[in-house]
Amino acid sequence: MTETTNTVAAAIPTDIRPGLFRRLMRRKAAMFGAGVIALVVLGAIFASQLAQFPPDQQNFDGLTLEGAPMPPSATYWFGTDLLGRDLFSRLLYGAQTSLIIGVVANGLSILIGTAVGVTAGWRRGWVGAVLMRFTDLMMAFPALLLAICLAAIFQPSLWIVALVIALVNWVQTARIIYTQTISLAERDFIAAERTLGASDWRILRHHILPHLLPTLLVWGTLGISITVLLEATLSFLGVGVQPPTPSWGNIIFENQTYFQSAPWLVFIPGAAILLLALAFNLVGDALREEMDPTQKGRG
Amino acid sequence: MTLATQTAGAPVAPVSSGDAPVLSVRDLDVSVMTPAGLRPLVHGMSFDLRRGETLCIAGESGSGKSVTSMAIMGLLPKPAVRVTGGQILFGGKDLAAQGEGAMRRIRGNRIAMIFQEPMTALNPVMQIGTQLAEALRAHTGMGGAEARARALEALKLVRISQPERRLRQYPHELSGGMRQRVVIAMALAMRPDVLIADEPTTALDVTVQREVLDLLRDLQRDTGTAVILITHDMGVVAEMANRVLVMQSGRVVEQGSVDEIFQAPREPYTRELLAAVPRMGDGSGPVATPGGPLVRFEDVSVRFDIRSGLLQRVTERVHAVEHVSFDIHAGETLSLVGESGCGKSTLARALVGLVPHEGTIRLNGQPIRDMRRQDRLRLHREVQMVFQDPMAALDPRMTVGELIVEPLVIHGIGSTPERRARAEDLMQRVGLTPEHLSRHPHEFSGGQRQRICIARALALNPKLIIADESVSALDVSVQARVLDLLATLKREFGIAYLFISHDMAVVENISDRVAVMYLGQIVEMGTRAQVFGNPQHAYTRRLMAAVPVPDPGFQRPPMPRMASEVPSPVHPVGQGPTRVALRDVGGGHLVAA
Repeated sequence: MTETTNTVAAAIPTDIRPGLFRRLMRRKAAMFGAGVIALVVLGAIFASQLAQFPPDQQNFDGLTLEGAPMPPSATYWFGTDLLGRDLFSRLLYGAQTSLIIGVVANGLSILIGTAVGVTAGWRRGWVGAVLMRFTDLMMAFPALLLAICLAAIFQPSLWIVALVIALVNWVQTARIIYTQTISLAERDFIAAERTLGASDWRILRHHILPHLLPTLLVWGTLGISITVLLEATLSFLGVGVQPPTPSWGNIIFENQTYFQSAPWLVFIPGAAILLLALAFNLVGDALREEMDPTQKGRG
Repeated sequence: MTLATQTAGAPVAPVSSGDAPVLSVRDLDVSVMTPAGLRPLVHGMSFDLRRGETLCIAGESGSGKSVTSMAIMGLLPKPAVRVTGGQILFGGKDLAAQGEGAMRRIRGNRIAMIFQEPMTALNPVMQIGTQLAEALRAHTGMGGAEARARALEALKLVRISQPERRLRQYPHELSGGMRQRVVIAMALAMRPDVLIADEPTTALDVTVQREVLDLLRDLQRDTGTAVILITHDMGVVAEMANRVLVMQSGRVVEQGSVDEIFQAPREPYTRELLAAVPRMGDGSGPVATPGGPLVRFEDVSVRFDIRSGLLQRVTERVHAVEHVSFDIHAGETLSLVGESGCGKSTLARALVGLVPHEGTIRLNGQPIRDMRRQDRLRLHREVQMVFQDPMAALDPRMTVGELIVEPLVIHGIGSTPERRARAEDLMQRVGLTPEHLSRHPHEFSGGQRQRICIARALALNPKLIIADESVSALDVSVQARVLDLLATLKREFGIAYLFISHDMAVVENISDRVAVMYLGQIVEMGTRAQVFGNPQHAYTRRLMAAVPVPDPGFQRPPMPRMASEVPSPVHPVGQGPTRVALRDVGGGHLVAA
C-alpha cells in the first residue's frame, strides 16, 4: 500500500506539496511564529554556551544585602531569583524541559486522542461504545488527581512527566475527533470510495485523516500552552520535573509568592510561555489555511 | 387516503393592464465587492408587477434571479453585496433607499417571501401555532387569542389536514410538503401585496410539488396577491406564469407573456433553454437490445432497525426495500422511479454493498454476499456509482487527477505513467481538458464536477453504472449535455445503467425499461413503451400527471387530489407492509394487483 500511495503523489503534480513552504514564507505572522520557535529551540540546544551562569548556581552577588532577588541588570539580564540564581540562564535551560514537554507530551496526547477517536468513530458499534465510555470516564476524573497518582506510581523524570501529561490530556482530542470522524464517515465521498473497493485502511489514511488535520493542527498548537502549564502545576506539587532542574512552569510556581516584590520572576517566564504558545498558534493557523485547497486564492 | 376532486388549473387571467403596478423595478444594478473592485451580479433589470399577476423569473443557477429577490426584500448581505443603481418602487417608496427599520415593517407584512427549503424558514423548537401567531402579532399587535384564531384560519386556507392538531406540532413532525404549506400560510397570513417565492417546490417530490403549485394558484386567485415566482423549471413557468422574465448572467435576456416566450421565443438563449427541457412523451422510440442478465435481484429486502428505550431494543423497523425482484441486462438502461423515501437509492446502495440486504443479489450469477475478496474487488470494478451531488462525492482535498487515478490505484492497475495517460484520456472522453487534472473539485462548475465523477466511474471499464439522481441537481442545459454523454458512453462501451430518478420526463427520454417504486416495493415495471404508453398502476399515473408540462396551452385533465400524506415505511417488529403481487398484463409488463 505504501508504494502505491507514493506513486499517486508522484504521478500528479499537486500544487500543495512543492509550494507550501514558499507560500508559508510569504506570511508575516507565520514567519514571526517560526522565528520565535527557532529562537527557543536554538536557545535550548545551545543553553550551555549561551548561559553566563550554570542554571542552579547560587551567585554570591545575586541577592541584595537584604537577601532579596535582584531586578534585571547588565550582569543578570532577567534578574535573579530568591536563591540568587540567574533567571536568564534558568530560562534557557528551562526551555529544554518545556519544549520537550510541550512537543512530546502534547504530540503524544494528540496521537492517543486521534487513535481512540478515529477508531471509535469509524468502527462505531460496541468498540466505539467501549472506547467512548472510557473517554468519558477519564474526562470525569479530575485530571490533576490522576496525574498526581500516575506520577506517584512512576519515578518522576522528564519523560515520565511527559507521558503522564499525555495520558491525562488525550481525552478532549478523542472527543472532538470522534464526532468529526462520524460526520466524515457519512459523507458521500467516503461512500464513493467504498463503492470503488477501497480498503478501510486506505479510506482512513487518504480521506479521513487529511480532513482531520486542520482540527489537529489547531488543537495541537493550543495544547502546547496547556501542557506547559500542566507540567508547571505538577512541578509545583512536587510530582513534576524535580528541582533544581528548571522548567518555565516551575520557575513561575517557585516564585509566584514574590509576585509583588519581584514581578520579573513571574512576568518574564510567563511571557516566554505566552510567546511560545502564540508562535505555535500562528504557525499552526497558517499551515491549516495553506493546506486547505479550498482556501486557495483567497485573501 | 381521502380523495377530493380538483378543479382544472389553467393560469389565472391577468388583471387588466391599466392598473398601476404594485412593484416596479427600474434599471436595478446589484454588485458584489471583490478584491478586484465591484462586480455586477444583476445589471439593468427593469420590470413591473401588477396586482393578481404572476411573474416568473426563469434562468439557470448564477443568473441573478435570487439576488434580485433578495434586493427587493432588502436581504442582500451588505456591505459586500449591495444595490449600486436603479430603484425598487413599492407603494411610492424606493425600497433600495430604505433603512433596515423601514424594511422590517414592510418585510413579511407587505412583501412576503417563501424559500426553497421550508425547514430553514421555520424555528425547529417552536410549535407551528406559536410561530404563526407570533408573526401575526409582530406585525399587527393583535391579541393572543385573536392571533391564534387567525393562525388556524391560515392553516385551513392552505388545505392542511387536521389543522387544529398541526398548531401544536413542531416542524420536524411534519412532512416536507406540509412544512412548505405552513410557510405559505405564514407568508399569506398578513395578506401581503407581493409574494416572492424562490424555488418554492424544488426540494419537494413531484406529486407534492403539484399540490403546492395548485395551492399557490388558488390562493392567488382568491387574494389577488401579486406573485414573483423564481424557478429554473420551465414546466413550472408554463403552468404558473402570466409573464416571464428570462435571465442570463445578471441580465434580462427576454421578457414577455408566457405565450410569447413559449410559442415565439425571440432570443437564442431562450430557445436553447426551452430546447434543453426534457419533455415527457408516450414512451415510443428505439430501445437497446439487451444482452444477458448482468445483475439479478431475487426477493431483496433492506430493513433498518430502530432502537429505543433504556435497553436499546429493536422496537421498530424501517422497511426501506421489500421483496424486490428484477434483472438488469447488459447494455440496457433500467430506470427506477419513485419519490423520496421509496427505497430506490437504498436498493442501489445494497447492490454496491453500502447497506446490508436480505434475499439474494447476483452479479454474473454469483451472490454478492459472502463473496471472497477477489470477487468483491471484481464487483467494485464492474459496478460503479455516480452520486447526486458531485461536490459531496469528491474528496475536496484531492486534485481531480488524484481522484481519477484513485480507482486504478486501489485495484493496482497500470504503472504511474499509464495511469496518468488514462486519466488524461478519461478527461477528454467526458469533455474536460487534461490540464484540469491538477485542479481541485471546488474550481469547477456543477456540471463539470459531475463529468469528473463520470470519468472516475469509467476508469475501471465498468459493465454497470448506477446513476443515483445524477442529473437532478444540474441546470437543464447542463443536464441535457450530461445525459448526452451518458448515452454516448452507453453506445460506445455497451455500459448498462441503473438510472435512479424522480423526474419522469428525464426517465422517459433515456430508459429502455422502467420500474416504479412505491414504499419499498415495485408497483409497475416494463419497457419504456409499456409504462409510459400504457401506465396501469394508479401511482404511476399520478406520478406522470404531476410532471409540470412546459407548454402554457396544456390543459391538465381533472385529477383526484391527494389530501393525505404517503404512509410511513416504519412498522413495529414482526409486522410489515402488505406485499403486493405483480401480475403480467402482457409482454412482460408487470403491474401490482
